[in-house]
Amino acid sequence: MKSNVKSQISREEVEHVAWLAHVELTEEEKKVFTEQFNRILDFFRKIDEADTEQVPPTYHVLDIVNVERQDKAGESLPKDETLKNAPKKEEGFFKSPRIV
Amino acid sequence: MPKLYQLTATEAARQIKSQELTSEEYLLSVFERINETEDKVHAFVTLMKDQALEKAKEIDKQIQKQDKIGLLAGVPVALKDVICTRGVHTTCSSRMLKDYVPPYNATVVEKLVNEGAVVLGKTNMDEYAMGTTTETSFYGPTRNPWNIKKVPGGSSGGSAAAVIVEDAPLALGSDTGGSIRCPASYCSVMGLKPTYGLISRYGLISYANSLEQIGPFARSVEDCALLLSVISGHDNRDSTSVNFPQKDYTASLKEEVKKPRIGVPNEFFGEGVETKVKKTIWKGIQKLESLGCTYDEVSLPSMSYALAAYYIVAMSEASSNLARYDGLRYGFREERDDGDWATVYAKDRKEGFGAEVRRRIILGTYALSAGYYDQYYLKALRVRTILRRDFEKAFKSFDVLVGPTMPLLPFNIGEKIGDPLTLYMCDILTVPANLTGYPAMSVPCGFQDGLPIGMQIIGKPFDEETILQVAYTYEQNTDHHLRRPRL
Repeated sequence: MKSNVKSQISREEVEHVAWLAHVELTEEEKKVFTEQFNRILDFFRKIDEADTEQVPPTYHVLDIVNVERQDKAGESLPKDETLKNAPKKEEGFFKSPRIV
Repeated sequence: MPKLYQLTATEAARQIKSQELTSEEYLLSVFERINETEDKVHAFVTLMKDQALEKAKEIDKQIQKQDKIGLLAGVPVALKDVICTRGVHTTCSSRMLKDYVPPYNATVVEKLVNEGAVVLGKTNMDEYAMGTTTETSFYGPTRNPWNIKKVPGGSSGGSAAAVIVEDAPLALGSDTGGSIRCPASYCSVMGLKPTYGLISRYGLISYANSLEQIGPFARSVEDCALLLSVISGHDNRDSTSVNFPQKDYTASLKEEVKKPRIGVPNEFFGEGVETKVKKTIWKGIQKLESLGCTYDEVSLPSMSYALAAYYIVAMSEASSNLARYDGLRYGFREERDDGDWATVYAKDRKEGFGAEVRRRIILGTYALSAGYYDQYYLKALRVRTILRRDFEKAFKSFDVLVGPTMPLLPFNIGEKIGDPLTLYMCDILTVPANLTGYPAMSVPCGFQDGLPIGMQIIGKPFDEETILQVAYTYEQNTDHHLRRPRL
C-alpha cells in the first residue's frame, strides 16, 4: 500500500527536519531544497520495487561482532593539545553557548 | 631528457636507496613541477614544502648512514585533505574545518612515515567527500588536467589530478561511493578502493563509515600495489579493521599471470552509459581476452536499486557522523553574544557547511526519523543484502567483474552542479562496490575526444591481488597509462 503513495515533503517538513538536524537554511534554500528533496525522495522510492521479504538488513559488510580490547588506559593527549582547536575556551575548559 | 618528477615511485625509491638520487633533489623537482601546474589545476589545499624538505634531508642522511631504509624512503606522497595529519591543517575542503589542526596522525600517515615516505601536501576534494566533481570545495574547484574546463571527478579530484600532472608519484584518497575510482577514471590514473576493512580508517574524517575506505592513486600498477602494501594492515584503533596478514602486493605482479575469468555485468552497459564509453571498455575487454583471459556476460539484477540504496545509507550515516560539528571542541564558530545553544549550533552549521553537505545531513535525518526509518533506511539496508547476494553469485563463476568506472566522459565544470539528482546518477557504476564492501580499481583504458576513460575491475573480498594482476596484464600491453596531459 505504501508504495502507491507518492513521496511528498512540504516546505514546513523541510524546515522541521532542518531544525532537528541543527542546520539553518536561508529562505531561498528552503524553497530550492523542498523542490530538490521531492525529486530525490521520489527517486529513493525506487527501492520499494525490490522484494525484500525475509531479507535481513546489512548494517555493515563484515562478520565482525563486538570487538573488544583489554580495559587498560592508554596514552592520552595533554590538555593543552586537546583544547588547541577549540574556538572558545576558558581556564582549561571548552566554552559552550548558553544551554538554559 | 626526462625530468626527475616523472619517475615512478618504485623507480625513485630504488634510485634514492642506491644513492643515485637524493630525496631532496627529487622533492625539489616535484615542487618545481607543482609551481608550473598548480595555478592551472588547483590540486592542493595545503602545500608542505618546508616540512617535506626537512624530512627529505633527514631520509638522505639515514641512507648515507646505511640505517634501516623504508619501502618508500624519500618518496613524496600527497594526501587527500580528509586524512588527519598531526600539526598540519586538515580541512575536508570545508569552511567548518578551515582552522583545524589535528593533534594526531591517521594510521595510514603513521604507516607512510614509518616507511620513509615524505608527505608533501594536502589535496583538494569535495567538501566532506560529498561529491563527484571536486566542485563543492570551499576553496574552489580542481580542474581536469586533460581539459581545464572539465571536472576532474571527485571527491578525491585533487589527489588524482596531482598524480597525473606529476605533482606527486603517489597520493591517497578515500572512496565512499566512487571517490577514488571516479577521479582516477577522469584523470587517467590508477585508483584502487580496497576491500572494506583492509585499511584502517583511524584518522579518516567520517562521511559514511560503513561504506568508505582509504586507497592509493598512482601512475603505474606496480606503484599502486606498493602503496597498498604500505597502508594496509590491522589496527586496533579501528574496530572495523580486519585482522588479516599484511601482504606485499607487488609480489603478485611478478608471478606468471593466471588466466582470470572475467564477468561483464550487463547492467554496466545499460541505458545512461555513453556509447563512446561502452565502445572503449569493450575494446579493453577484448584486449584482455587476446591476452588469455576469458569473459562472459553476467547479470546483477539488483543493480537497479543500488544507487537509491547507496544515497539513503550514505546520507543517513552522514547525518549521524556530522552531528559532531558543534563548534565546541573544534570547527567553525562565529563570534555571537546572543542566542541559546540550539540557535548558535544551527547558525554555525549553516555558515560552516556548504549546501550539499547540509542537503545530505537533512535528507539523512529525514530517512532516519520516526515514520520513515523502515521505509527508507531499513529498506535500503535490505537492498544492500540482495546486492551482496548478487555479487556472491556472480563471483562463483568469475574471478573479476569488468565494466566502465563512469557512465559519462568528464563533463564541464558547472554543468551538473545545480541539479543534485543528475549528479548522483553519475555514481551508478561505482556505488555497488561500496555497498557490498568489494574491492574495485579504475585503470586507464583509452581516450575519446581527448578525454580519458577508466575501466573498472571489481574483485572478491580481500583478493586485491587478482585485480592488480588483471590491471598489470592490461597495463603492460597497452600505453594509455603513459599518456600525459599538456597543460
